[in-house]
Amino acid sequence: MPDSTVVGLNHEEQDRPELLHHFSTAEQQRDASSLGMWVFLATEIMFFGGLFCAYLIYRRWYFGDFAAASKSISMPLGATNTAVLICSSLTVVLAVWAAQTARRTLLLVSLALTMLLGLTFLGIKGIEYKQKFDEHHVPGASFSFDHEEIPGHPGQYANQSHAEIFFALYFVMTGLHALHMIIGLGIFLWLFYMAWRGRFTPEYNTPIEIGGLYWHFVDIVWIYLFPLLYLIDRH
Amino acid sequence: MSDHSKSSPLPTYFAVFIALLAGTGLTVFAATLDLGAFNAPVALAIATVKATLVALFFMHVWHASERLTKLVVISALFFLLLLLGLTMTDYATRLWS
Repeated sequence: MPDSTVVGLNHEEQDRPELLHHFSTAEQQRDASSLGMWVFLATEIMFFGGLFCAYLIYRRWYFGDFAAASKSISMPLGATNTAVLICSSLTVVLAVWAAQTARRTLLLVSLALTMLLGLTFLGIKGIEYKQKFDEHHVPGASFSFDHEEIPGHPGQYANQSHAEIFFALYFVMTGLHALHMIIGLGIFLWLFYMAWRGRFTPEYNTPIEIGGLYWHFVDIVWIYLFPLLYLIDRH
Repeated sequence: MSDHSKSSPLPTYFAVFIALLAGTGLTVFAATLDLGAFNAPVALAIATVKATLVALFFMHVWHASERLTKLVVISALFFLLLLLGLTMTDYATRLWS
């Protein structure tokens, strides 16, 4: 550090190139990043909140039709995907912990496993979407939901247009969730590359923490989507 | 978190992980029972417990050093409840019109 005395850098600053000059301490810098991410997640809560609100209104109005439509979605696939996402949330916290405790191998393995689980989720989602396309349950010109009984009401069939609203909400909500997963995969690919280059240390691992916050949020959205879309009136 | 890094957080992480998996199993099981009007509230209650566990322990809200973070989380939830609550009270009380 030859010129540190000349420009009067403080001690912490000269030892840590990742500390930006407009922050006085690394902790302040980390808290600012984390707060910014939480504010972004607050906007995401409102973004998904509008869809959940639309879902609740229509579910109240067309409960029987929603139950019949919900029954046609594969519950085992949805439950498996829930477990897959929970596992990926575990690998994310392990990655954050590995970065904080300078465990390079565990960090790289955790990040790779997170991406693998994310891809598994999207693969299962793809199988589910394929089934819906084959059954003509995708809203649009070829939509058909004929002679589907309302659970608990033998001989009573679901209204097709009302069921179509359920499937529209199903595809928009799970589709936007899947888009978030794809963006998350991109973020984790970048984190993996940075970790591979040895960019993260116990003192500097904010990107992993921030990326993890995003991943956990997407997990929380799914935690609500699963019972609301897959488990209406299953008994 | 720097104040809490002395003890390993791993046991907490694994306990939360097991609780989340158990919660998923419980949700699926509860959906097969006929609870009448309580099926949806039970499913949403389990989901809320799971989401709270993720936020508190995986997203480190519990140990967040910044109080502002907690303020942002609570106000975000407040406005979400405002959106859902006021909309649903409106729709739920329209029958007499």
